[in-house]
Amino acid sequence: MTTNSGFKYELDSDGIAVVTMDMPGQSVNTMNDAYCDYMDESLAQIKADLGQLKGIVIASAKKTFFAGGDINKIMQDKKEQAWERAFELNMRLKRQLNELESIGVPVVAAINGAAMGGGFEICLACHYRIAIDDRNVAVGLPEVSLGLLPAAGGVVRSVRLLGIQNAFPLLIEGKRFSAPEAQKAGLIHELATDAADMMQRAKAWIVANPTAQQPWFDKKYKIPGGEAYTPSNAMMLAGAPAMLHQKTRSLLPAPAAILSVMAESSRVGYQAAMMIESRYFSELLRSPESTSLISTMYFQMNEIAAGASRPQHIDKKKVAKVGVLGAGMMGRGIAYSSALSGMDVVLKDISIENAEKGKDYSRKLLDKQLARGKKTQDQVDQILARIQPSERNEDLSDCDLIIEAVFEDLTLKHKLTKEIEPFLKPACIWGSNTSTLPITLLADAFSDPSRFIGVHFFSPVDKMPLVEVICGEKTGESALAFIYDYVQQIRKSPIVVNDGRGFYTSRVFGCFCDEGLHLLSEGVNPAMIENIAKGAGMPVGPLSVLDEVEIELMRKVGVTNLELDKQQGEDFHAVHSQLQDMSVRMCELGRSGRVSGKGFYDYFEDGSKSLWAGLADMFGGNTEMPVDDIRDRIMFRQVVETLGCIDRGVLMSSRDANIGSLFGWGFPTHTGGAYHFIEWFGGDDAFETRAAELTAKYGSRFALPAPLSEIKAKLN
Amino acid sequence: MATNAFIYDAIRTPRSKGKLDGTLNEVKPVDLASGVLKQLQRRVDFDPALVGDVILGCADPLRSQGGAIGKTAAMNAGWPDSVSGMQLDRYCGSGLEAVNIGAMKVIAGVEDLVIGGGVESMSQEPIGSGGSAWVSDPAISIKTHYLPQGIGADLIATLDGYSRADVDAFALQSQQRAATAQREAYFKSVVPVLDMHGRVILDKDDFIKPASSMEILGALKPSFAQMGEMGFDSIALNRYTQVEKINHVHTPGNSSGIVDGASAVLIGSEAIGKELGMKPRGRIVAMANVSTEPMIMLTGPAPAAMKALAKAGLTISDIDLFEINEAFASVVMRFMKDTGAPADKVNVNGGAIAFGHPLGATGGMLVGTVLDELERRGGRYGLCSLCIGAGMGIATIIERI
Repeated sequence: MTTNSGFKYELDSDGIAVVTMDMPGQSVNTMNDAYCDYMDESLAQIKADLGQLKGIVIASAKKTFFAGGDINKIMQDKKEQAWERAFELNMRLKRQLNELESIGVPVVAAINGAAMGGGFEICLACHYRIAIDDRNVAVGLPEVSLGLLPAAGGVVRSVRLLGIQNAFPLLIEGKRFSAPEAQKAGLIHELATDAADMMQRAKAWIVANPTAQQPWFDKKYKIPGGEAYTPSNAMMLAGAPAMLHQKTRSLLPAPAAILSVMAESSRVGYQAAMMIESRYFSELLRSPESTSLISTMYFQMNEIAAGASRPQHIDKKKVAKVGVLGAGMMGRGIAYSSALSGMDVVLKDISIENAEKGKDYSRKLLDKQLARGKKTQDQVDQILARIQPSERNEDLSDCDLIIEAVFEDLTLKHKLTKEIEPFLKPACIWGSNTSTLPITLLADAFSDPSRFIGVHFFSPVDKMPLVEVICGEKTGESALAFIYDYVQQIRKSPIVVNDGRGFYTSRVFGCFCDEGLHLLSEGVNPAMIENIAKGAGMPVGPLSVLDEVEIELMRKVGVTNLELDKQQGEDFHAVHSQLQDMSVRMCELGRSGRVSGKGFYDYFEDGSKSLWAGLADMFGGNTEMPVDDIRDRIMFRQVVETLGCIDRGVLMSSRDANIGSLFGWGFPTHTGGAYHFIEWFGGDDAFETRAAELTAKYGSRFALPAPLSEIKAKLN
Repeated sequence: MATNAFIYDAIRTPRSKGKLDGTLNEVKPVDLASGVLKQLQRRVDFDPALVGDVILGCADPLRSQGGAIGKTAAMNAGWPDSVSGMQLDRYCGSGLEAVNIGAMKVIAGVEDLVIGGGVESMSQEPIGSGGSAWVSDPAISIKTHYLPQGIGADLIATLDGYSRADVDAFALQSQQRAATAQREAYFKSVVPVLDMHGRVILDKDDFIKPASSMEILGALKPSFAQMGEMGFDSIALNRYTQVEKINHVHTPGNSSGIVDGASAVLIGSEAIGKELGMKPRGRIVAMANVSTEPMIMLTGPAPAAMKALAKAGLTISDIDLFEINEAFASVVMRFMKDTGAPADKVNVNGGAIAFGHPLGATGGMLVGTVLDELERRGGRYGLCSLCIGAGMGIATIIERI
């Protein structure tokens, strides 16, 4: 008997072969050319032993069962436009799994760890699936999140197994199932306590089921719920695209393609179904959206998780205790997120009453989780015990980190910094939460500006997954590394930027709003501005978002910015000129935003809203403008400003630009982010040409600060 | 000079609620269809062996309505083996398309005598039961931005500014006009539905609600708001960006009712009429079919009418009566807005809001309805039109003789 190099093949005395996947040179098993070779060898070994073989167990020697498709390989195929090569590989994968499931003896998947994507597709090609009931075991087909579909038979087999309607969470939502959840959903058959138990159960099942085959190979087999045109499916499929549109605005092709394969594969023969699946996969592989998602949501998110923007030579540290100054909206959220992640927190405000109120916020959030069964009373008590409300500066003396989250007022922040610093540990890092005030300026009040850094949280803190870390001129590497570790500790993604007015996210988000107001003031129908922004993939239109963040807040920021401009001799206010002017004007009219019930919209008691009729008196609303121009103005304005941030050295990497835009202000995912947008749009030339058109037609706001090639050269 | 297509008669069954408790639920579609064929024979003395084709429209041509039901109906009516039959589907335009194709066969000299009409038992074969790739095939529906027709109707109302009260007032007028027409016995072309022993199952429309009022109509819940919220509204606004939100004004009260029914129009050449001594009721002057933006879907009638008028060398003001299918109130209101057709010439005896709309049969019914009233008033030209799925529209201009 031969032993191949990637999959171990062992035939025991009962005639059961165990194929253990253990691909050399990689920590996880993935689907690539090497995998195919190993699988071919294993299949050859199986066939050679068929006469004496009672069954097969597919297992893994890695910590996980199988990680899925080889994404590097997929990206290489995309870059080289090797569509036929990719199709051939896909055909080969399918042939192998089809051969495995038709080999004539029972095949059992022994799932010892996560079996995701291609890994779970292997499992679906087995006749029986057993998983260890362990927290690290999970199954799922997350291809949709990368703009792809499970093309090694994953769609075809799961639809045949579960039916169209029941396969939605697995295929369209890309849901990750724990072992018990997977059993409940019918994705796995049996749970085992440990590896030995699993192997014993696998072998027992083989012995008890010598004639096992895929259920759908039985001629009498009916897909649960029937094929796509049975009345209940036809009705569901008539509504499903609308529900998808609600989530994706029809900008993400993968869910639509998966839905199509689910429907179409349900009414044809097995091999025809497999071909339909492969053809749609081939289509998705070519889509710019899968490039966007893979580049940013996979590779760049991994880079951020691995600390690519963090000084590498400094060891990771754990933050044990954090002091949060100010128990307002931001401070209480920061305290909650920190305590939730196991840190001790001092939540300090000017009075103990205020501080207690801030802690109540955590109580409320935790009680909700308790009610929903997501936390136990013990856990809730432990987390709450970590938050110490305080009015005393002395209580901050053993904090590793201070996050100052008081009002956006330079004088107040300076005063507080000076007042608190003497009570701190000498090495304590000072983080200032601000979206507006320059960090270098704030650091003036701190004796050692190398330990002073900006941490821009987003509201509501407990939900928003991003933190913008801002380095002032004198911020030291260890402060950056420490804050980076802190942000990761509270399970959020840090992006790192340099100091500059509005930093990155506030500056570009402001431009999104500003451009909406330019359009409004030019007399474009406000409904069109809102609808076209949403159609382009923004979560809400600029007028809605201004009402949500409060026009009054924008007005205040404008005042602060004007003061700073005077003080610093800058003209940052010009970047958001419409935003500043219009927020003053609206507030003068008593239309300060959603809270007051009046902004760009009128808000009614039943929770509905409609655009304020007064906008028509102020701006008309009948200006004719091509839809493409409106859309591109809204999007290019953000991208051009992002390029400006790169050009001025505020942004140093494309990952920070992309991830910051996606999670900071909801820049549309299908574009891959505010920098990747350029590639999604069609590349440098197409982007520069369109930007030049918009500049000629609508003004210098759309002019690139430098040729694209020069700007790109500044990226790390 | 081409052969003229004359209408020797145009009849229709009464319409009744197309649900399990409707009066016509017990009548299977093939019996509804052969019923009108036999009634035609009773009203006009002709030898069915001379009929070249029985063309029946049907919008859900499957199961009991499937399989070239025109032929099955001809056989079931006891018509000779020599009579051909077919079924066609152009959604709600099917019945009028059947009339038009029949007329074209006569005009082209292919046939001398044909039947055009339609049948739909919505109680036995519910709307949509035939399935549709446009609706239920995700790849197609996503590519074409499919919207259910009710969303289109509400979108028209929103764009044109028709309020709930406006569309309800239109619906009330339809009910009142229909009630008057029935009370005064204006409809000469409604034939009874009989059982196998000649007992009357239904001899007049029983879907009309003469007691309707603005209060009653105003209390009904919008039919398409929930569907819109599910995501269809946002698909609509992606294209109709000027709309802030769709005003869901249509309800069961101001939309066409779901009913059962059948229609048949006897169309022939002038020569065969003379030969058989049949007196024509009308002449088909012009026919048209158009297709418009499919998302809003229901704006086809005006361009279809204008196309037919242009072919006929006529203008809107030449038309004495319009029968515009009341799929939804906003469809007819949009038609009047687009063409300038005056309200006192449009659906003067009510429409599908009052009588109901047996999808594939309705087009053939409009022909009889307009002829009845042209004869009563002594008018000359009538124009029938329907909005059709996926943005199509159909129109036929008829001259009373």
